[in-house]
Amino acid sequence: MLKDITLGQYFPGNTVVHRLDPRTKLLLTVVYIAALFLAEQLVSYGILLAALAGCIALAKLKPKTILKGLKPVLVILILTAVLNLFYTPGETVLARVWIFTITLEGVWTAFFMVLRIMMLITGTFLLTYTTSPILLTDGLESLLNPLKKLHVPVHELAMMMSIALRFIPTLIEETDKIMSAQRARGADFDSGNLIQKAKALLPLLVPLFISAFRRADELAVAMECRCYHGGEGRTRMRQLKYERRDALALIFGLVIAAVVGVLGWMGL
Amino acid sequence: MANAIIETKDLRFSYTGGQTVLDGVDLTIEEGSFVAVLGHNGSGKSTLAKHMNAILLPTGGAVYVAGTDTGDEEKLLDIRRTVGMVFQNPDNQIVANVVEEDVAFAPENLGVPPEEIRQRVDEALEMVGMTGYTTHAPHLLSGGQKQRVAIAGVIAMRPRCIVLDEPTAMLDPVGRQEVLSTIRELNRKLGITMVLITHHMDEAAQAGRLIVMSKGRVVHDGPPEEVFQKVEDLKALGLTVPEPVELIWRLRNEGVDIPLGPLTVEECAQAVYRALA
Repeated sequence: MLKDITLGQYFPGNTVVHRLDPRTKLLLTVVYIAALFLAEQLVSYGILLAALAGCIALAKLKPKTILKGLKPVLVILILTAVLNLFYTPGETVLARVWIFTITLEGVWTAFFMVLRIMMLITGTFLLTYTTSPILLTDGLESLLNPLKKLHVPVHELAMMMSIALRFIPTLIEETDKIMSAQRARGADFDSGNLIQKAKALLPLLVPLFISAFRRADELAVAMECRCYHGGEGRTRMRQLKYERRDALALIFGLVIAAVVGVLGWMGL
Repeated sequence: MANAIIETKDLRFSYTGGQTVLDGVDLTIEEGSFVAVLGHNGSGKSTLAKHMNAILLPTGGAVYVAGTDTGDEEKLLDIRRTVGMVFQNPDNQIVANVVEEDVAFAPENLGVPPEEIRQRVDEALEMVGMTGYTTHAPHLLSGGQKQRVAIAGVIAMRPRCIVLDEPTAMLDPVGRQEVLSTIRELNRKLGITMVLITHHMDEAAQAGRLIVMSKGRVVHDGPPEEVFQKVEDLKALGLTVPEPVELIWRLRNEGVDIPLGPLTVEECAQAVYRALA
């Protein structure tokens, strides 16, 4: 059951979107998110939605995968919709129920907010679905490299991130094992109220933490044995290289963002 | 006589609490040899291993790796590049989530140019017989395969010696066999010195030289055929002997005239056959 967790899941593929440099994809995602917040009206949303749909199609991702990714945020979406629906003041009153009023403005705001959140999440999913975790951390390290001058430990952060990603499956497996072991001793993880359930997790978390610390210790020694001494003088086997398609993708992204920005400025 | 790759001189080590773990170890490990270190839990064999590439530093005496004192901090990377180390739990020594990235980790740390790293990675994976698994995720491999990836990760540094600290302790019999034949092959074909820390008698019997430790001291040191003749001594130390040796020893105790010495089942069968004929 724990194996179903799809944190930062990656779907291997060989499409144009997969082959783009991770730095390009990271930058495009940032541009996309900025554009999304600049968008005000239907036209802007339409343009961004079309671009997003185009990218999803190019990446050959199934709509089902995207919808599955949106499932965990369903509650947030509904909550956002309901709050915006009832609390947006406006002039065109559509309906009055008890103390609540629904206005035309409210309907539009709710619609746009939900659309915005969905597009935001889908856009970032597109990044993690099409970029392997290693490339993602490599790209992040490379993009943040200028910050090293400000003494930001960029290499260390990237290393921590990639080790964390490396150990997710190991720790999930371990959790499953400890759960089975505790169940065999009569532990009950599934019944009772919230507090009882939280208490039941204690005999799971303690051994998990102890073992994680032991692992960390052993890993540190193993890394030292393999001459790890920080980012200084370190080379990489995989070199990131910008290609022509990266330039094209960036120009395309910036043009769309500019159009959306201008439209927003014009109040469209 | 061959060069000494590792030399310990009256090596002593105790934790700050006062517990003495190594109590005067004098050893010379020759380049190209295959040495097994055998000992009971707490005999100090793992601590000895950790001195061989400066993970621990002696509290008394000295350790020399290819002539360099391990206490020399300036030479730390040279020492660790010369003597690689493989540990018990393969999960806790694999750094990356793709096999080739993990093998590339050590050369990357050493600042090797990218094209050469690629070449070293492919070579190292071929040497341990894991060529087909270049882009696999390590957590989906079997224990024996993971441990071979870990060995490849060390080979990619081009070390002259590899110290293996109970590399088969967490593996099933198939995995143990895979790892052990890899070790033997690397020793034979590439001449990499192998120091195998173990408590499996049959693994120790495959080495060219066997060192038995007890209470932080070396108590026996010689070819396995010789060391395993001292059955009573080994038993007194809480160690067992390989099954063929055990069988011949018992037969001798029962008054059968048969010489101690055979280590493998085949040799043992021959010896028994000759004694009975």
